[in-house]
Amino acid sequence: MPDMLLELFSEEIPARMQAQAAKDLERLTVGALTERGFMFEGIKAFAGPRRLTLAITGLPPEQKDVREELKGPRTDAPQAALDGFLKKTGLTKEQLKVETTPKGEVYMAVIERKGRATPLVLAEIIPEVMGKLPWPKSMRWKPGNPVRWVRPLHSILATFDGEVVPCEFAGIQSGNTTRGHRFLSSGNITVRRFEDYEAALKKAHVVLDAAERAEIISNDLKQKAFALGLEPIEDIGLLNEVSGLAEWPVVLIGTIQDEFMDVPAEILQTSMRTHQKYFSLRDPKTGKMANRFGLVANMLTKDCGKEIVAGNERVLRARLSDAKFFWDEDRKHSLDSRIEKLKGIVFHAKLGTQFERVERIEKLAGEIAAKIGADVTKAKRAARLAKADLTTGVVGEFPELQGVMGRYYAQHDKEDSAVADAVRDHYKPVGPSDAVPSEKVSIAVALADKLDALTGFFAAGEKPTGSGDPFALRRAALGIIRILLENKLRFALKVSDDLLTFFADRLKVALKEKGVRHDLIDAVFGLGHEDDLVRLVARVEALQAFLKSDDGANLLAGYKRAANILKAEEKKDNKTFTSEVLESKLVEPAEQVLFAALKAHREHIDLALKKEDFSAAMRDMSQLRHPVDTFFDDVKVNADDKAVRENRLNLLASLRATLHQVADFSRIEG
Amino acid sequence: MAKARTFQDLILTLQSYWAGQGCLILQPYDDQMGAGTFHPATTLRALGPRPWNAAFVQPSRRPSDGRYGENPNRLQHYYQYQVILKPAPANVQELYLGSIRAIGLDPDLHDIRFVEDDWESPTLGAAGLGWEVWCDGMEITQFTYFQQVGGIECDPVCAEITYGLERLAMYVQNVEFVYDLAFNEQFRYGEVFHQNEQEFSAYNFERADTEILFQHFKDAEKQCRELLTGKKLPLPAYDQCIKASHAFNLLDARGVISVTERAAYIGRVRALAQACCEAWLQTPMGEYKPRFG
Repeated sequence: MPDMLLELFSEEIPARMQAQAAKDLERLTVGALTERGFMFEGIKAFAGPRRLTLAITGLPPEQKDVREELKGPRTDAPQAALDGFLKKTGLTKEQLKVETTPKGEVYMAVIERKGRATPLVLAEIIPEVMGKLPWPKSMRWKPGNPVRWVRPLHSILATFDGEVVPCEFAGIQSGNTTRGHRFLSSGNITVRRFEDYEAALKKAHVVLDAAERAEIISNDLKQKAFALGLEPIEDIGLLNEVSGLAEWPVVLIGTIQDEFMDVPAEILQTSMRTHQKYFSLRDPKTGKMANRFGLVANMLTKDCGKEIVAGNERVLRARLSDAKFFWDEDRKHSLDSRIEKLKGIVFHAKLGTQFERVERIEKLAGEIAAKIGADVTKAKRAARLAKADLTTGVVGEFPELQGVMGRYYAQHDKEDSAVADAVRDHYKPVGPSDAVPSEKVSIAVALADKLDALTGFFAAGEKPTGSGDPFALRRAALGIIRILLENKLRFALKVSDDLLTFFADRLKVALKEKGVRHDLIDAVFGLGHEDDLVRLVARVEALQAFLKSDDGANLLAGYKRAANILKAEEKKDNKTFTSEVLESKLVEPAEQVLFAALKAHREHIDLALKKEDFSAAMRDMSQLRHPVDTFFDDVKVNADDKAVRENRLNLLASLRATLHQVADFSRIEG
Repeated sequence: MAKARTFQDLILTLQSYWAGQGCLILQPYDDQMGAGTFHPATTLRALGPRPWNAAFVQPSRRPSDGRYGENPNRLQHYYQYQVILKPAPANVQELYLGSIRAIGLDPDLHDIRFVEDDWESPTLGAAGLGWEVWCDGMEITQFTYFQQVGGIECDPVCAEITYGLERLAMYVQNVEFVYDLAFNEQFRYGEVFHQNEQEFSAYNFERADTEILFQHFKDAEKQCRELLTGKKLPLPAYDQCIKASHAFNLLDARGVISVTERAAYIGRVRALAQACCEAWLQTPMGEYKPRFG
């Protein structure tokens, strides 16, 4: 079956938008084709610096015929109903059929649409899809024409079965030509289908597939580094970015001048990465950064890149001179002397300056340190210095080095090493894959930093919304959760109710990824007084294990039955049953057994809970399964004798209260 | 393709290249401004339907970039070469690459790339999409398709090409310290401008009288507003807007404007620029008929 090829050729597309644009092009086209009843065998989208390409295989030459029967109004319905139906179907009254149904005579419309030739449909789909493509940022460029594309569009190549699909977008007529590399090729290239397209592009120095470009870069970089006894420092984000900046990637190696090699590696690496998009290399034996860098050019030159390397080295020298200048200048002033300057930096309009924030974090870090057994003086000192590097030149230039630089400057100032480490690590974890701090002083400051942000923003009414979290509060909460859990820290989060709910939600997300059921977390949070996350997770885990056992599952069923009855009866009587069970009023053996079992196990359960041995507590609870089952089999709760009935309800309430000591079982699903 | 050997060669080459492409060769605007975009030949002429092709050198002042003549490439006074093409020709990238060849940078020997860099001027209420052009990893040009100026949509869209002349010359001449640039065969850039950088850095950071500057700002703002009431005079009004903007830049360099005030001052200059642009469109040279919003 025939194939389709579409290429949208434009001026340089921002690297960061390319991959998504290819996905969107594919998604929208699939949608448009399916809507029109098309099936096909395969589809693949590509993106590069100057083109988006879509290749579809096995697309039928014609659209399927469509026959549709629509039921209309009854023949005796008002005229307006018939008019509406005619308008909807586009038919005349004469074209309708009349059918007899159990509801009487109704009009039926039979709509038959002959399938059109595929090129005709494609000609309709292509401009439609292009108009819908959601660029994060797009522009106008045609005078008097509001049409938008990411940058000016130059040509549309559209073929089906080797022939041009005539269509138009932004005043550009489709054709069967494209262009190769901007400098390494000239003139138009005529193509018929994907196979010769991809090959012709390669000949014209364009690698179509971003994944192939990335592989070329990655391999060449490794080989060239290896030849120098080095290895590249992996950087997937940068690899993806540079793959979007070259149609014909060429890896070249440059040298960093010696005078910069005593500048901290993080500065060199950040400067090279953010400003120049260079890869850093290191010595695989020592792990130390090497005085070489990898750059990816989009050009093959007669001199094998000599001028290009020389030029890049020159640019890098200027860049690193700047960085070195800041590094040298920064060390002329102690971190301590910079704290005062934080008064001039607004943290947030409603939350005051960074200085005020530091004062709060310092106090909080001291309190937390005392609770978790960290050195209080060191924690307070680290908190006080934590934000001082925001006033340094290096951090001004490279905000992502906040903390990292603070540690260097703290070391330079001869601060205690735990203090210096905490200055760096208090931002951690920066993302889900980042490690959490494990040193106590760092933990105290990291918790204080995040708790202050959370309580502050919550109090200021700046909670995250469904779509937006401008202050990264979700990340902060998750950071706290991870720090507490991974360090097994017993620590009560003394926060407002809505913030505790926020933590619960984050915890649910975190535990869900580990396969923990969200309703179990709800059940434990439902107790309403659990603000110790380590204990909470222990409860949830024990609960999960418990419910997997037969006894657990059956006890849950028994609980639900009890809770439902209680709920109904409590509503009926308009009161809750909390009174003591009177042994004398227990008539049936089954209720006596249950009463005895509850009494016998309660002590064990209480003891286990006190020791926070939730598994043991639940094991004990599971012993209640049989008495509960038998109770429901043998006993009629709503006895005619009022006192007996009330006593039985009190018995069930006592069962409910016992189980609620570990979790609110009513929130458990299933 | 001989390399433009001196700084002034570079300028002359660009002038003759763009004159050859049909551009008006204008002279620098005689007011202190932060960038060539402030030149009325860009800000105002970018608006309205009339075609406009112009090129010019614009001395640009960025008071807080002063480094007392000690930094290898940062200057508080430098030259921009600006080209404005309205409507943007379909082959504008090719035209630009022609200018790069003209000054002696051979794209076949170098690595020339268009790297995303959208441009925005909060003070002018202007924004556009485009790139910074890299030559061997060095940013040599800012290339922008204007979408909006003075808060008003541009139609037709114009292309603005801005070369940082010192930076480009340093690349062409293979010089690492800006003051070592050959201005012509006899003079180094430092002989022309080093003392300038020293004195103006001291002025920008230490000596500029902030009270006077605050007054300048207020006066310029007031005068601008007055010129836009009654019989409107958008061109002289726009001069006042430029003056207010420069006064603000100096105050900023003096460090007397706090973070919160900063946004407010920028907003005040933007309001002036918008008012000037709107008034300009009512003039014969502006003649704006909105076709779409």
